[in-house]
Amino acid sequence: MNRTVESLAPYLFGLIGLGLWQGAVWAFNVPQYVLPGPAAIAMAYIGDYATLNAALVSTLSVTLVALLVSATLGVALALAMAASSLIRAAIQPWAVILQVTPVVAIAPLIIIWVNQPFLALVVCATIISFFPVLSNTAAGLAATPHDLLDLFRLNGATRWQTLALLRLPSALPYFLAGLRISGTLALVGAVVAEFVAGSGGFASGLAYRILEAGYRLEIPRMFAALVLLAVAGIAIYAALGALTNFVLRRRDDA
Amino acid sequence: MLKIDSVSKRFDNGTLALDDISLRIEAGDFVALLGPSGCGKSTLLRLLAGLDEPSDGRITWDAGQRPGPGDIGFVFQDATLLPWASAADNVWLPLRLRGKTKSEASGAIASALAQVELTDFSGSRPRSLSGGMKMRVSIARALVSNPVLLLMDEPFAALDEFTRHKLQEDLRKLWRVSGKTIVFVTHSIYEAAFLATRILVMSPRPGRIGAEIANTVPDIADRRNTPAYFNLVKQVTAAFRAIVPS
Repeated sequence: MNRTVESLAPYLFGLIGLGLWQGAVWAFNVPQYVLPGPAAIAMAYIGDYATLNAALVSTLSVTLVALLVSATLGVALALAMAASSLIRAAIQPWAVILQVTPVVAIAPLIIIWVNQPFLALVVCATIISFFPVLSNTAAGLAATPHDLLDLFRLNGATRWQTLALLRLPSALPYFLAGLRISGTLALVGAVVAEFVAGSGGFASGLAYRILEAGYRLEIPRMFAALVLLAVAGIAIYAALGALTNFVLRRRDDA
Repeated sequence: MLKIDSVSKRFDNGTLALDDISLRIEAGDFVALLGPSGCGKSTLLRLLAGLDEPSDGRITWDAGQRPGPGDIGFVFQDATLLPWASAADNVWLPLRLRGKTKSEASGAIASALAQVELTDFSGSRPRSLSGGMKMRVSIARALVSNPVLLLMDEPFAALDEFTRHKLQEDLRKLWRVSGKTIVFVTHSIYEAAFLATRILVMSPRPGRIGAEIANTVPDIADRRNTPAYFNLVKQVTAAFRAIVPS
């Protein structure tokens, strides 16, 4: 009983919040261009779902491609860093610099340099999202138990055997944790890049639709796009969480 | 079998862990290295395994006995199993690293698991095994490649008293049947007196061999309840007190 109530609690809390929001908008007669109620937002979505859904698909495409590139790039760099302290010394500071530089500041340059808009958006999103995969995978590779490394040495394991049979499987939970963080960051990166590109007239994803709705004072439509973004973020996080549980449970309990 | 000749080990930070250790280990010996924490017992074990190099002195193997990969079995203080692999796959590991497929290694795996009485658990993942069973898998993994020397670094220290007693008895039985050469690091005088044929008492850092005591307790099933065992414990305790100031 308690568990059922607990699992329903966030939905109940959300429904109560929506109810209070709608009630307050009606009670205080708040104009839609200041704060639309949930009903107006739902109506805006229903009235324009084809455009908004297409924009969602566009944003998700950028996000997923960026996540894929981030995972590949992050793991490749982490392996290179684990293989050689010289490579680690050479790469690490630049990876940190790239991570701490606000992408919104460099996105206009990337959009000018990379002629193809989709590619430009993917580059921006990747810059934001690859670091968690890189740092987590590198930490996982470094955290391989020393006794097991000794055991592999004692048995004359090659570097490839140590990597394939020990270091990569040991780093898998770290990689998956990094991937989960990168998933949501890729969405943030895609949206930031779309904002910059959208300001320059490139009509694509949900961020552009938010900008467009803002210019036209279509605030309910703007909120509808925001809700779609939030749902996409939650879905990505939940999907990567489910993937993590599935992979680790299958591996350790099979 | 092998000779340790004036071996010292100084770490990079300047700590002298072992100082002028000399001893000979013969085939079939069961040597217990007994000493307080930090006296260099595990360091000596790592030198014997070839995982570290001595700073001074040398370890020489008798002609034709120099071990190759997999010829030294090592059992760590923790079971250190691959959590994602079954007991059988963990035991397969040393042979797998030498290119043997699972079917080629299946006989050796089954035999090693049988030696530690885990035949029925070959498909179990480590998380579903008890601490004692995990340690048995670890011992089976060390035995699967039929090593010439088995090095054990306080393997039973983290186990409860009952499991420890059982595993000590099983290990002694296994040594008697297989005739393996074993070097066993322990903190426990009782464990050393029960298991080993030779007990080396080490001094606190820097580790030196302070005393060597031969075990003459009769090799019978209930050897813990013999006067010779109690006398040996007394003798080792006295040597320990003389070497390690309280």
